[in-house]
Amino acid sequence: MALVLTEDQQMLKDSVAAFLADKAPVAQLRALRDSADATGFSRDLWREMAAMGLAGVLVPEAEGGSGFGYVGAGLAQEQIGRNLSASPMLSTAILGVTALLRGGSNAQRQALLPKIAAGDMLLALAADELARHNPTRVSTLATPSGNGFLLNGAKAFVLDGHVADKLIVSARTSGAEGAREGITLFLVDRAAAGVEVSRTVMVDSRNAAHVSLDDVQVAGEDVLGPVDGGHAILERVLDAGRACLAAEMLGVAAESFDRTVEYLKQREQFGVLIGSFQALQHRAAHLFCEVELVKSVVLRALQALDADDPRAPAFASLAKAKAGEVVRLATNEAVQLHGGIGMTDDFDVGFFMKRARAAAETFGDIAFHGDRLARLGGY
Amino acid sequence: MVEGTAGDRAEESSLEAFRAETRAWLEANCPPEMRQPAAGDDDMCWGGRRWVFRSEAQKVWLERMAARGWTVPEWPREYGGGGLSKAEAKILQAEMARLGCRSPLSSFGIWMLGPALLKYGNEAQKREHLPRIARGEIRWCQGYSEPGAGSDLAGLKTRAEDMGDHYLVNGQKIWTSYADQADWIFCLVRTDAQAPKHLGISFLLFDMASPGVSTSPIKLISGYSPFCQTFFDNVKVPKENLVGTLNKGWDIAKYLLTHEREMIGGMGFSGDGREALSQIAAREIGLENGALADSGLRTDIVRHEIDAWAFALTMERVLDEAKAGQGTGALSSMLKYYGTELNKRRNELLMSVLGSDSLIWEGDNPRTGGKAGERPKAWLRSRANSIEGGTSEVQLNIIAKRVLQLPGA
Ligand SMILES: Cc1cc2nc3c(=O)[nH]c(=O)nc-3n(C[C@H](O)[C@H](O)[C@H](O)COP(=O)(O)OP(=O)(O)OC[C@H]3O[C@@H](n4cnc5c(N)ncnc54)[C@H](O)[C@@H]3O)c2cc1C
Repeated sequence: MALVLTEDQQMLKDSVAAFLADKAPVAQLRALRDSADATGFSRDLWREMAAMGLAGVLVPEAEGGSGFGYVGAGLAQEQIGRNLSASPMLSTAILGVTALLRGGSNAQRQALLPKIAAGDMLLALAADELARHNPTRVSTLATPSGNGFLLNGAKAFVLDGHVADKLIVSARTSGAEGAREGITLFLVDRAAAGVEVSRTVMVDSRNAAHVSLDDVQVAGEDVLGPVDGGHAILERVLDAGRACLAAEMLGVAAESFDRTVEYLKQREQFGVLIGSFQALQHRAAHLFCEVELVKSVVLRALQALDADDPRAPAFASLAKAKAGEVVRLATNEAVQLHGGIGMTDDFDVGFFMKRARAAAETFGDIAFHGDRLARLGGY
Repeated sequence: MVEGTAGDRAEESSLEAFRAETRAWLEANCPPEMRQPAAGDDDMCWGGRRWVFRSEAQKVWLERMAARGWTVPEWPREYGGGGLSKAEAKILQAEMARLGCRSPLSSFGIWMLGPALLKYGNEAQKREHLPRIARGEIRWCQGYSEPGAGSDLAGLKTRAEDMGDHYLVNGQKIWTSYADQADWIFCLVRTDAQAPKHLGISFLLFDMASPGVSTSPIKLISGYSPFCQTFFDNVKVPKENLVGTLNKGWDIAKYLLTHEREMIGGMGFSGDGREALSQIAAREIGLENGALADSGLRTDIVRHEIDAWAFALTMERVLDEAKAGQGTGALSSMLKYYGTELNKRRNELLMSVLGSDSLIWEGDNPRTGGKAGERPKAWLRSRANSIEGGTSEVQLNIIAKRVLQLPGA
């Protein structure tokens, strides 16, 4: 598949770019933070995004969505990265929908997908338990009970957990902690008895929560995918999240870079524009190249997901690793090349650096994905 | 949602037919010896009047590919090319990589001069030179750099005087790769000493056998002597050998450089059958619990592989964008800069993977019986990648100026 956008995709990109720059720029995230907003994003914005087809971007047209696929979702994520727009796009439209598409029964799909696409239902993935991403380290237990299971355990870093209507929880039905086999996914009502969700305020002002599960009863119909066989589904959900996070990081990196280059053309010192200093020119030129590389890996990872390419996991790791590395460089260079003003809260570049840190950490950083790539490559 | 038109599908199926034919033809025609990567510059086929084929297979492979126009797949048929579309050429390249076929001909004529002649040459020049390049009959060298004009190439002093019916060339070039083995030179000369430096340069072609041309080889740190000092002492050059307009040679020079840079930057990234660093490491160092037995080196290697893969995809994207008419010319500096720095990194890592074996310069390795010298020489040769064709610093300057439009650059 050619590494270029189709006309439809280009149109989607342009319309999302215009929409978010207008409705959800960095100033909105700042306002949400400053007012300690209880939701952490604007529900009005999400309704409008749903109306544009973004909540259902991955949902097939026949099931009430817009069917733009992962390339479409990634294009939206890239613009979200450029504007630092807060929304449940990742938690619900990407992770939640992918889980339903890959593991959901017909009944689950019919019940949830149209509501998600309409913007009326939010999901959250509760997978990690430790501070560093590791989807097989699952010690949350699911023990048979009635026609279903009883869940006990705790989950960390659950994106949008405190506002989600339903949680997708990974729990152990068999096997030792760390084993791939024996993990099962469950759809759990956030309001169910025994579920306790506490929001954790993160450095990037985005939503995450800690979830504890204390004798939570789930019905047999709420198992997502096969019992003991949740890991394969979870990996596909995570890979979708990783590729789309890479797309978001591309947006963060590109925007930080553009703002920095602009500043080099405005700020004077020693009687000249600082952009005329070769030491800075070379740093900017190097960063330009790195951002170009990220564009390529992101597009290929998204295309591979759409095509169900067997190399999709490798491409997702490649994109996540490379984007994570470059977004760190881009945002750190942005702060450094802005000098003192880059360190001030009033100025926006700090927001980009904070988001870069959190996004790079989410679902595995370059160390995690480097290791995964090496294993996939047999070394 | 994203569906192609009927036209797209028809193109798709004719490309698939082309792929099948190409695969079958390559399988039938590429000699087995040519299905392994060349062992260094010396093992490649460079062509030219004085070329001595390294093997019968090398000769047969060149002749068969040249007969199809596939030494230069995208050039027009009337000039010895294959007349392939970009999409077809990409398929040919992929199919060659799949079988491990090496390139039938390595040539400055193909990589550098050809594209410049196609754009700036007159009809007579194209008909004279392009088919001979395509068939590997004439070997070209590049007369750009001078002792006083390296990065500041436009400061060159070699001059060509208009003598009425010919130009008279006097001066000196340096670092002229393979000047001692080349048949012809494409040469930058000063034709107007009064004009600002970029506006007094012309682009000349001449035979290295012309009276007054002499060369003297320079030895490199790798021990090879692939390049020369080249002297011009009252060399007579026919007037019809001027390419393009008098004093407008700088435009041609720069256009040619973009091709040279893409070529150097892409060296080894476009599926020439080069073995992945990680595979070599797995073989040489071994695995423990499925992971490379040297965990520190493993991290360095995987970081390199990430960048190398990302870079290969970027080359692919740049090609695809060009095909879709979204070309961005200044990207040649990016490809040159990033590709050569990566190749240098790869060579450093290869040295580490092979440890002390990589240091053996002469004689055979008593431990493995392997052939000495190639690895350290390849490592040393790779150091030049970020110098030849314009240094990394110069590429960064170009990106800063042309792409980012930073002030004063
Ligand atoms: C293996 C090899 C093959 C070659 N083959 C050919 C050939 O076939 N034909 C040919 O014409 N030439 C050839 N060259 C020459 C090559 O193009 C020049 O070496 C190159 O352009 C650099 O010029 P220089 O050697 O004069 O270095 P200099 O220009 O003197 O550079 C010295 C250092 O200063 C830096 N520098 C210079 N200017 C700037 C600046 N403005 N900003 C920042 N840093 C700067 C450079 O990056 C470099 O690090 C070859 C070189 C090599 C190594």
